[in-house]
Amino acid sequence: MIPLSHYLILGAILFSLSVVGIFLNRKNLVILLMAIELMLLAVNLNFIAFSHYLGDMAGQVFVFFILTVAAAESAIGLAILVVVFRNRQTINVEDLSSLKG
Amino acid sequence: MTFQLGVFYFFATILIFASSMVITVRNPVKAALFLVLAFVSAAGIWLLLQAEFLAIVLVLVYVGAVMVLFLFVVMMLDINLVRLREGFGEYLPIGGLVAVLLVAEMVIILGSDQFGPAKMPDPGTLPAGHSNTRELGRLLYTVYAYPFEIAAAILLVAIVAAIALTLRRRKDSKYQNPAQQIHINPRERVRVIKMPSEKKA
Repeated sequence: MIPLSHYLILGAILFSLSVVGIFLNRKNLVILLMAIELMLLAVNLNFIAFSHYLGDMAGQVFVFFILTVAAAESAIGLAILVVVFRNRQTINVEDLSSLKG
Repeated sequence: MTFQLGVFYFFATILIFASSMVITVRNPVKAALFLVLAFVSAAGIWLLLQAEFLAIVLVLVYVGAVMVLFLFVVMMLDINLVRLREGFGEYLPIGGLVAVLLVAEMVIILGSDQFGPAKMPDPGTLPAGHSNTRELGRLLYTVYAYPFEIAAAILLVAIVAAIALTLRRRKDSKYQNPAQQIHINPRERVRVIKMPSEKKA
């Protein structure tokens, strides 16, 4: 049988990989959004693993809500991305500095 | 090594490979496709945890809708990749250090006996006829009914926001204003002129 720690360590590795992704691709808005999706996936994996091992369905209900919010977040994020690209012809984070003063 | 452990390691390896490709690959389209692979293998791991409904939802909703949206947007934008890749590995040392420390700390804590088989025994397979979907639905429509409604409202807000953000009125598009068309007065348009009929030459 698979111990619980296997799932939790897998979730931790996935989360830190997406942290590295944010460090590496800090100029590319699309990859930044993808790294956030990966983070949410790691969190969901932890929720489901605990839900299974504690025998409590509340964890899976939470994953359901996280998926809902994540879908809304990525839809609005991509819409903002499209608008930014339409107005500035770039998605480079470095070029988005008009609020800098 | 049991069969389930082998399946777990198989999916976990693909998951970690795919997610590391997502953050390092050059082309955003390939990154989105590797993200699809990561989600599908995560769904496999969720199936191992007997969360069938969420595994299917992950594949249908996430891979089928959200990732396709990602692919659409990535293919629609004309991105200058060279500029985006400038200084790609600049923060790799500090980022790698943070990640290694994070994983090391988590392994120290999560690898302890608190989460081992002694304290957290595997509950084993659920009895035949147990429906994960029915259990989840029973909870969602009773205990979590109000949060469920709020989730629906959040999705509605997302739809409205996404459309409102990206909708644009073209300046050169030609259209008619029905209100103006109805409120027209015939006298402003038609001018009746009285003039003698012409004589034959």
